[in-house]
Amino acid sequence: MDNFAARGRFGVAERKKAKRRILCIAVALSGLLQFGLRRPRSRAAATATTVGRHDARRRAANGSRVIAPPKIRRHWELYLLILPPVLYLIIFKYVPMFGVQIAFKDFNVVQGIWGSPWAGLKHFEAFFQSPNFRLIIRNTIVISFYSLVAGFPVPILLALALNEIRNGLFKKSVQMITYAPHFISTVVMVSIVILMLTPHVGVVDRLYSLFGKDMTNFMGIPEYFKSIYVWSGVWQEMGYASIIYMAALASVDPALYEAAKMDGAPRWRKIVHIDLPSLIPITVILLILNLGNIMNVGFEKIFLMQNPLNLSSSEVISTYVYKVGLVGANFSFSTAVGLFNSVVNLVLLIAVNFFARKASETSLW
Amino acid sequence: MLAVLYPLVYIVSSSFSSPRAVVSGQVWLFPVEFSLRAYKSIFRSSQLMTGYYNTVVYTVFGTLINLAFTILMAYPLSVRQFYGRHLFMTLLMITMFFSGGLIPTYLLVKELNMLDTRWAMWLPGALSVFQVIVARTFFQSSIPQELAEAAQMDGCRDTRYLVSVVLPLSKPIIAVMTLMYAVGHWNAYFDALIYLRSEKLFPLQYVLRNLLILNAADPEMLANTAAKIRDQGFEQALKYALIVVASVPVLIMYPFVQKHFVKGVMIGSLKG
Repeated sequence: MDNFAARGRFGVAERKKAKRRILCIAVALSGLLQFGLRRPRSRAAATATTVGRHDARRRAANGSRVIAPPKIRRHWELYLLILPPVLYLIIFKYVPMFGVQIAFKDFNVVQGIWGSPWAGLKHFEAFFQSPNFRLIIRNTIVISFYSLVAGFPVPILLALALNEIRNGLFKKSVQMITYAPHFISTVVMVSIVILMLTPHVGVVDRLYSLFGKDMTNFMGIPEYFKSIYVWSGVWQEMGYASIIYMAALASVDPALYEAAKMDGAPRWRKIVHIDLPSLIPITVILLILNLGNIMNVGFEKIFLMQNPLNLSSSEVISTYVYKVGLVGANFSFSTAVGLFNSVVNLVLLIAVNFFARKASETSLW
Repeated sequence: MLAVLYPLVYIVSSSFSSPRAVVSGQVWLFPVEFSLRAYKSIFRSSQLMTGYYNTVVYTVFGTLINLAFTILMAYPLSVRQFYGRHLFMTLLMITMFFSGGLIPTYLLVKELNMLDTRWAMWLPGALSVFQVIVARTFFQSSIPQELAEAAQMDGCRDTRYLVSVVLPLSKPIIAVMTLMYAVGHWNAYFDALIYLRSEKLFPLQYVLRNLLILNAADPEMLANTAAKIRDQGFEQALKYALIVVASVPVLIMYPFVQKHFVKGVMIGSLKG
């Protein structure tokens, strides 16, 4: 309770300022929009709210938008409804996009985003030439690919197996239990991993010593890091990821199974000839999405699992951006690294999608 | 399945066992020397309780904001006669594939004077594109077009229609969204790491991170074991108990909505 009170006291003036600033940005942006970027919308809003019939008729006479105005008028409330989220998108998503320009500038706090002097491609060059560059890129790609290769087939197998279980209760409980880890937070997940791998105390190390191996500090050995990361991820997500495949399997036409039964096909034939083909479209789409994200290794988990000993194997782009940018206050350089990453991702996504469309007619767009 | 289950059972068992048993490695599957000491000291720690309180606040209000924004965005997008629908859709999709990135977003939040306030936890992630698309697909596919026409005949405005027809019909999808967003808020620590400075505002996960991963034990919690400083075993048992305490609320919540969320994911997969 007193948290709120305290904030209230110190915050009134501050917040007013903030509010005014939000307003400023909003007004500036709507100006920008009117300027031509988003013409139909601003026009629509204007017609809908204030100007009304006269303006509409005039535009109708123009010929280009004979039908639009009455349509807009009938649904003007929709524009009102969508206004807050759109404002939100503009402020919290599009304004930062303009902020990306600091990747090409020497940002300093005093001059702000727009005032800082241009620096050209300096930060990109610095990044490409830095000794960390190859290490980080390699870690990022290796961890991603490893996750993909290890993590992609498991949910499919799980779904196929679950699909074969006829006993309802057993199936339900398996599903419950395998979905559960998805809801465990990253922090808790990583602590579980660390606890289980602790020398002397953790289960895994005790198992190791049962088999006569030496005590090992798993988290401290770079070679183990990637496997720990990937397989704990598989453990956490396989159940949840299988839902989507289960759904695809559920929509298979039962007539196919009946036909197979009539023909006396054994189970594995059914799986190979009916189940697998029905999973292909969704698999391709997920694969595209995953490949498009290959340069995006989730920040949270890696960051938590990092320690100075395994850094050589665990530093990836996102953690690097965080460390250099926020901890090291090197805003421009870190933005450049992040931008480089986004662009690579975008290009990858488009490329993969292109090939998928050529090859299998299944694609995102 | 056993592979998935075992770590969970192990954690719970360890948390109920006595520190000595945990350290000496007697715990394999079931609790050894049942003890509640770890739990007692958790509920005595003010740092953790503040964290708990904060997380509840972030989760409740954050989820409400999320829901409001998502529905407000998704509903108009689902109306076929809504002029400019594709424009808004494009506006939305772009943010899914391209974002300003960490630093510009941070600078924006700073610029808005939201650093170190609760707003920083609520607003920057107020809308998930994926959820909007799921909700939109649901509105489009599960609510008959005839309803809208009938309502319009009776002179029902869009807002009224949304509130009194669409929302009651969309309970399953709203349940799913609530779960997804709430779990997200409950488990989030990254925003706290970036935006928050003062201890009073830290959510549970952030506190947990400090305790579990950075090994910075809360002195208050160990106070009652002051006699045995460096009581390593107790620290271990404490960690297991912490994990349980932090995860239980979410895990309890989810079986209730499970039925719905399988459906929700399916809707989402129709047009991912």
